[in-house]
Amino acid sequence: MIRVVLPAHLRTLARVNDEVSLEVEGRATLASVLDALEARYPVLCGTIRDHDTHKRRAFVRFFACEEDVSHDSPEAPLPDSVVCGAEPLLVVGAMAGG
Amino acid sequence: MSGVRVLVGTRKGAFVLTSDGRRDDWKVSGPHFAGWEIYHLKGSPADPNRIYASQSSGWFGQVIQRSNDGGATWEPVGNKFTYDGVPGTHQSYDGTPHPWEFKRVWHLEPSLSDPETVYAGVEDAALFRSTDGAQTWHELPGLRGHGSGSRWQPGAGGLCLHTILLDPADPKRMFIAISAAGAFRTDDGGQTWRAINRGLRSEGIPDPDAEVGHCVHRIAMHPSRPSVLFMQKHWDVMRTDDAGESWREVSGNLPTDFGFAIDVHAHEPETVYVVPIKSDSEHFPLDGQLRVFRSRTGGEEWEALTNGLPQRDCYVNVLRNAMAVDTLDSCGVYFGTTGGQVYVSPDGGDRWSAIVHDLPPVLSVEVQSL
Repeated sequence: MIRVVLPAHLRTLARVNDEVSLEVEGRATLASVLDALEARYPVLCGTIRDHDTHKRRAFVRFFACEEDVSHDSPEAPLPDSVVCGAEPLLVVGAMAGG
Repeated sequence: MSGVRVLVGTRKGAFVLTSDGRRDDWKVSGPHFAGWEIYHLKGSPADPNRIYASQSSGWFGQVIQRSNDGGATWEPVGNKFTYDGVPGTHQSYDGTPHPWEFKRVWHLEPSLSDPETVYAGVEDAALFRSTDGAQTWHELPGLRGHGSGSRWQPGAGGLCLHTILLDPADPKRMFIAISAAGAFRTDDGGQTWRAINRGLRSEGIPDPDAEVGHCVHRIAMHPSRPSVLFMQKHWDVMRTDDAGESWREVSGNLPTDFGFAIDVHAHEPETVYVVPIKSDSEHFPLDGQLRVFRSRTGGEEWEALTNGLPQRDCYVNVLRNAMAVDTLDSCGVYFGTTGGQVYVSPDGGDRWSAIVHDLPPVLSVEVQSL
């Protein structure tokens, strides 16, 4: 199980109160986790990455094991501790005031 | 009709204000979609319980929400807006080519007859339509294909298609407006379009009376007379009597003819409302006095309406989508401000009061007469 922590606005949109757990087929990558997330919660399509190009939205970042993995290849394997569920994958919205 | 429902979009959520026909005792519901920008909400004329809302965020992009119970509950629907074919370029602020990129939905216009059909005006400027209750969206590409699209430039708020007017007498005719391209009309259901900007004059562009390039802020129509349109341009209040073939200025005795909002009385097609704003560099009322101006003569002659509105130290703005009228026997007029007030006049503008004082900055106001 992959654990994913969503920002508050996306938790509201997906109608979940806490982190979500996802089954991912094969080796877990950022792309495969986001595929599984969007399959479970279609309302999130387009809110984290582009519908078609899958380009990450500019003010969204991905953190894992205290590292920013936003710029890693979407096909790169996620860290083992995320794959085994010891650590979550964090989807983060950039901090801003206003 | 026994009451009204006012749909308010703000920088931080949507609010639904309801009252009976007296319009002096209000119930406030919201915020819906708290923390998100709600550029526009609008109900279906064919089914008032069907409401569409544009929810967006700089972080998480566009979401479209739909209600089937008058705004009590909502469900997210389709948010995929893909330009038809190869999008090409428009002009950037500095005149260089810039690829068309979808940013947000500014305006949702439900069909007059079918609750499942709704139009969306978007930034970067294009017109989309859904015929399945906003689940899927398809561009009407004839507008960007008009031939002038590569010359369109954004206004300060972006290259936005912000106004959609459907002709009640002719299902194939509609009008749209884009900042800062101008006004356009289709007579064939959106397949082909023509620019309708003859008579507009804008000093801020190289050719002041060019075919396109005018910063049209808003257009309004009375449903009984769809060939007569009133326009609040960046500067100038304009009027056409021939569906946009030619425009003439009707600013008349307005103290300043800059502004954003404009609307027409529900029962008097020659009665028009604007909220003059000091200038394009100072977006607040002249002299700190919030005044609606009413013309009962279709323009030219305007009177200030001040009863109940702040007449000192008022420095709010009234944005282009933030004025509306109801259709009760005594026409109600409504507008929202960037200071978070929503004002109502239940008697066509003679006296005003604030329904709410302290909402987030108001982006849009629409009214349903129930």
